[in-house]
Amino acid sequence: MPETIAFYVFSAIAIGASALVIGQRNPMHSVLLLIASFGALAGLYIQLDAPFVAVAQIIIYAGAIMVLFLFVVMLLNAPQEDAAEWDRTHPLRQGVLARFGSLLALLLVVELVWALLGTSDVDRPVGEQAGAAGSVRALGKVLFTEYVFPFEATSVLILVAMVGAVVLARRESDES
Amino acid sequence: MMESFTAVVPMLCVTVAALAVMGAEAFRARGENLPVGGLGIVGLVGAAAASVLLWDRNAVSFGVIKADNFGLFVTMVLLLVGVLTIMLSAPVVGRDGLPKGDYYALVLFSIVGMIMMATANDLLVVFIALEILSIAVYVLTGIRRDDPQAAEAAFKYFLLGAFSSAFFLYGIAFTYGLSGSTRLDRVGAYLAAQSLSDDPLILIALGLLLVGFAFKISAVPFHMWTPDAYEGAPAIVTGFMSTGVKAAAFAAFARVFLSAFEPFSGDWAPVVWLLAAATMVLGTFVGVAQSNLKRMLAYSSIAHGGYLLVGLVAANEVGKAAILFYLLAYAVTNLAAFGVIALLGAREAANDELRDYAGLWHTRPALAALMTVCMLSLGGLPPTAGFIGKWYIFSAAVGAGYYGLAIIGVLTSVVSVFFYLRVVVMMYMADGPAATSAPVETPRVALAALAAAVAVIFYLGVLPARILDLAVASVATIF
Repeated sequence: MPETIAFYVFSAIAIGASALVIGQRNPMHSVLLLIASFGALAGLYIQLDAPFVAVAQIIIYAGAIMVLFLFVVMLLNAPQEDAAEWDRTHPLRQGVLARFGSLLALLLVVELVWALLGTSDVDRPVGEQAGAAGSVRALGKVLFTEYVFPFEATSVLILVAMVGAVVLARRESDES
Repeated sequence: MMESFTAVVPMLCVTVAALAVMGAEAFRARGENLPVGGLGIVGLVGAAAASVLLWDRNAVSFGVIKADNFGLFVTMVLLLVGVLTIMLSAPVVGRDGLPKGDYYALVLFSIVGMIMMATANDLLVVFIALEILSIAVYVLTGIRRDDPQAAEAAFKYFLLGAFSSAFFLYGIAFTYGLSGSTRLDRVGAYLAAQSLSDDPLILIALGLLLVGFAFKISAVPFHMWTPDAYEGAPAIVTGFMSTGVKAAAFAAFARVFLSAFEPFSGDWAPVVWLLAAATMVLGTFVGVAQSNLKRMLAYSSIAHGGYLLVGLVAANEVGKAAILFYLLAYAVTNLAAFGVIALLGAREAANDELRDYAGLWHTRPALAALMTVCMLSLGGLPPTAGFIGKWYIFSAAVGAGYYGLAIIGVLTSVVSVFFYLRVVVMMYMADGPAATSAPVETPRVALAALAAAVAVIFYLGVLPARILDLAVASVATIF
């Protein structure tokens, strides 16, 4: 029973926070709410027996990407949107053509329902289905045997990207 | 899984050299002038020695890097491009105030990516290699930060390149979804077993991969970025990317399409036929209209990509060997031509308009003579490397029954001679402007590199048999 309670709590946080993200005037609040939503999603992943996805969710999304978002918001020094502008440009007040995003969201919901209806074993415990495939051990094993060379080569790729970013972003006066 | 490391030694040498360059730059005292380019050359020569030792051994490391003779031949071409680029860069880096350590490190890292791409036996590795070399080259394109044109070129190249990478990755995803593997041998085995079923998914995968490769070798209609990127980048970087990137991308292209997707050649050959024809025609005829030498050579390099595609369509023994020979001939010639342009530039003015070359013979006779050889070789006139390369490409096309392609190729070659000779005429017969007439001594390292390149051009043009035999031996083992 505690699992069910945890599931509903995480789900409520995820849905509530996501809904609040698009309702904020201060972009900073939106970003912080999105982090809360991602954290709740990570909790759901743990319940689904996918610890690796949960940790990756926290490290990559809630950690790296959202910190990046925060920095961009802070660097741009985004002002609070003023009320009149907010009213005029709010997504829910746009014409039909501008609601392309809503249309895509609706499509996603339809697709999700269709997929769920097509799944026969929704009520089976997830642990049996996920098996060992999602575990960190299985993933690490594949990563360091079958894919060890691509894994190591990626480090060169990241190094090149870092050097490139430094070269292009360095201030002129730093060059000796 | 405990295969030996031997097959990765060449790229490991270059990686270590790149790291050494970065380290030397990080720990040098302020104002100290380190010959970091020399470190790069040491690494490249070491990699060349390793490649020679690996010849005929068919070493495979980690199951994904295959140092067969085909890959090693292209690796040697890439290492030659690297050595020439570093030698030609020596005077340019100081003159243009480029960040020395970063510049050489990025050149070396992109060579690592190129070698990886030429020897990769796994689509995932091809993709990572493609990204390594692309990112390094994007940055090199925009490395002159005081030049708005370079920034524009780098940005265009980056956006379109990232877009094409997405296509390529999507193609890999489809291939994996179909065959359950990214290894080329397993994909090939799977596809060969299924060759009778015409699954539309295979065609989608083929198409997406084709778009990714066609962008990198700037085949028409995926060439839009080429003239702007080539014109905006520093001339020596243009020389490097128009030869190295093209050679690496072509090696991977040939390996993927002639090994794993060979059973489907009936599906892709007509498409590549069209690409080849369009690339040769557009590259040549738009090239005629250019007044900027860098832009003209950009279109010329598009056209040369078309000739290489002819070899790929023909896909017989002669054609595959001709691709390798042509890659070598084209790489040396084009790099030397851009080297001359780079040497004639100045920090304030690139001096790369055609009229800037008027009367060059009177002011800098050595450079004019070297440029003449390059132009004749690019135009495919005997006794240069370009002539032999074109000869084998077209005879391969005729041998495989593609008479149309051979005719288009010969006709466009004839037209292209017009704009190559225009440069020569300008240098010898027109009166000189003030721009390039300042009597400057050509730096010795760069001159040595150019002389070596011209020696290779004549060697390939007069005594091509030995290198051709090597090329034939390289393709015989794998395809």
